[in-house]
Amino acid sequence: MYGKGIIKGLGVTLKRFVNTYLDDVAWWGRRYYTAAGIAHRYSKDGRGVFTVQYPEEKLPLPEEFRYVPFLVYDEGADGKKEVRCTSCGICAKVCPPQCIWIVRSNDPQTGRPVPEPTEFYIDADICMNCGFCAEYCPFDAIIMDHDYEIASYQRNVYNMEKLLKPASYYQSIRPLNYARNEEERKAKEAAKAAKAGAAA
Amino acid sequence: MATLVHAETLDLAARFPASVAADSRPGYSGWIVNKDHLTEVATALRDEFGYDLLSYVTGVDYFPDKMEVAYEAFKTIGGPGIRFKVQVPRLDPIEIPSLTAVWPGADFQEREIWDLYGIKFTNHPDLRRILMWEGFEGHPMRKDWHEPFYEEDNKPLKSRWPDGKFVSAEDKNIYKDNLQFPQNFDPEKAVFDGEAALYGALARYQTIDAGLKTDHVLVNMGPQHPSTHGVFRAAVILDGETIVSLKPVMGYLHRNHEKIGERNTFLQNMPYTDRLDYFNSMSNNWGYSLAVEKLMNIKVPERAEYLRVIMAELSRIQNHFVLIGMLLNDLGAFFTPALYAFEERELILDIFEAAAGARMMCNYHRFGGVSRDLPEGVLEKIRGLVEDRLPRRTDEFDRLLSENEVLLSRLRGVKVINGEDAVRYSITGPVLRAAGVPYDVRRAQPYGIYDRFDFEVALRQHGDLYDNYLVRLDEIRQSLRILKQAVQQIPAGPINSQKPQYQVRVPAGEAYGRVEAPKGELGFYIVSTGKPNPWRYHVRAPSFINITALEKMCVGTKIADFVAILGVIDIVLGEVDR
Repeated sequence: MYGKGIIKGLGVTLKRFVNTYLDDVAWWGRRYYTAAGIAHRYSKDGRGVFTVQYPEEKLPLPEEFRYVPFLVYDEGADGKKEVRCTSCGICAKVCPPQCIWIVRSNDPQTGRPVPEPTEFYIDADICMNCGFCAEYCPFDAIIMDHDYEIASYQRNVYNMEKLLKPASYYQSIRPLNYARNEEERKAKEAAKAAKAGAAA
Repeated sequence: MATLVHAETLDLAARFPASVAADSRPGYSGWIVNKDHLTEVATALRDEFGYDLLSYVTGVDYFPDKMEVAYEAFKTIGGPGIRFKVQVPRLDPIEIPSLTAVWPGADFQEREIWDLYGIKFTNHPDLRRILMWEGFEGHPMRKDWHEPFYEEDNKPLKSRWPDGKFVSAEDKNIYKDNLQFPQNFDPEKAVFDGEAALYGALARYQTIDAGLKTDHVLVNMGPQHPSTHGVFRAAVILDGETIVSLKPVMGYLHRNHEKIGERNTFLQNMPYTDRLDYFNSMSNNWGYSLAVEKLMNIKVPERAEYLRVIMAELSRIQNHFVLIGMLLNDLGAFFTPALYAFEERELILDIFEAAAGARMMCNYHRFGGVSRDLPEGVLEKIRGLVEDRLPRRTDEFDRLLSENEVLLSRLRGVKVINGEDAVRYSITGPVLRAAGVPYDVRRAQPYGIYDRFDFEVALRQHGDLYDNYLVRLDEIRQSLRILKQAVQQIPAGPINSQKPQYQVRVPAGEAYGRVEAPKGELGFYIVSTGKPNPWRYHVRAPSFINITALEKMCVGTKIADFVAILGVIDIVLGEVDR
């Protein structure tokens, strides 16, 4: 029969239409604006309306999600910011679009380099969010952020002030990575102490 | 198990003692052909030795003494290819005979080499610039050509560290001074002789009917046209509604990806490959890492191989879903199939995001493995998709569209290309397989671990639009079949055989790595000199080469079918224009 294929196809759309209401009823009141509702919509069993009402609803971000990087500082005693960066320059060298600019600080007396940057810029408009800087940083000092709402009216050249964020923030967005890093750091320090002990 | 076709030990130098010599540079392979005998050797390769598919043609600038053009041809029955080169002194005018008569698929690639390297191909039917604009001065891929924001030949740039005071490139090189124009060039008043050349190239096809005089109409499809899926233009001459001749115009999105690639270090190119075919960054990554791994001669651990397969096949599924959805959009079934397709795609992109950190610009591969292991729960998610949801949704697509009479009347019987022509024009991927040629790199020359999986090369016979649609559905099903096996078999273990290092050592030499990307054979031809940056980084972009035959496909069809033909060739402008 001519037109059978069209009717068959329309059956698919009709089924989808009905499914929308089935799921809405089954999830009455919980399907929208709740984390569980979004997770269900985006699971393999999700049916019906698929869209997420941004900005009222937001998709959950997986831990590995990467956006423009930030610099980590540890909160020392009396609230001093202990910047982890040693200005070794690996991030600036590995950066594919070359958007990281670092000024290494020198000791005014000896003229030797000091392991802390005096200036640090990231041109966020050029950054391609590849994550290499964070991946290859030996000190976990530069980390990819989760904050993707950075639209502005100006060029986004971030300086140290804008880039520095506490380690607690890092822990809050990437708990697993943070735990792994801390473990590695502790293991390294223990090895160092053991070595020092053996030498003494 | 795949049946491996063994390479015959072909001694080209013995066959052509006067004109061919083996390429004996360390790390190189293949043959160096005297340019006067190029056509003869190429014809023999095609007819006597059966290398019927020309994969790529590319220039290499061995500054300061020579220019080289490298060719590689494969057999459609499978097996390794043969690489041959022509070397000429680096003195203008540089002339090499064109191979378009032997392999018409060389057409656009030779135009690209003329455009970017300034190598003239004698007897080329239509040698115009292709990516840069007519009137552009110089040939940008030459080593002595510098771009407007030029700082240094190679990254990392010295201005960034240790004294990296931020300077905006635009402040240093202000607007209107940041472009290079030919002397006395005024963009406000310029008349582009390129347009005249383009329309002149079209005018050759004018037919004069005896008796009735019909005016031909010139229509520019694009550059801004919803059916072109980007900024792509086709200048079409119409006789009534029938297409008489057609010339594609491209380069609107040209950013000289290959020049950027030569400035970058090897690792820095990885995220740039994401931006070629931005739907399938996972496949692009794979092609590039394959080429560099060949040069470095390193192995990939088992788990990483499986992860690569899983990601590449998921990528293929979402690509084909979107293709079918957008094809229906082009045909006028607005957005129902497209949005159904995007739903599945979102779920696949969620997996990419969880594994790689980004939905589209995955940057997932590293030389010797992949960057991250799958987080907890993601493998279960993939399993759920592969075993439950995606097969269901593929069948639903089948029910929704395959028998629809309107769709059938639009697609069935509209010839795209036949198998023989498709091979001559270097077409690869689903378009070739829809025309009855069972050529799939995963089978023809298995890479990674594809020789372990049980799957069939999706094949259709007619080469019309409907077969092109069906072959995509078949491929989705075959990909699901591979994925089911991969998800079952994936072992635990390390994901990278190398220590993480931000600068890899790549020995001098050349290598060509190719994968079966969803759009066709995606290859990377890399030349290394042992330095941290590649000397040559060439992308064999399937979208770009597949539209070489666009005119061949479209002539004789109706203008409305052009939209559908362009839809099934599946071009993506990030890859066409590079």
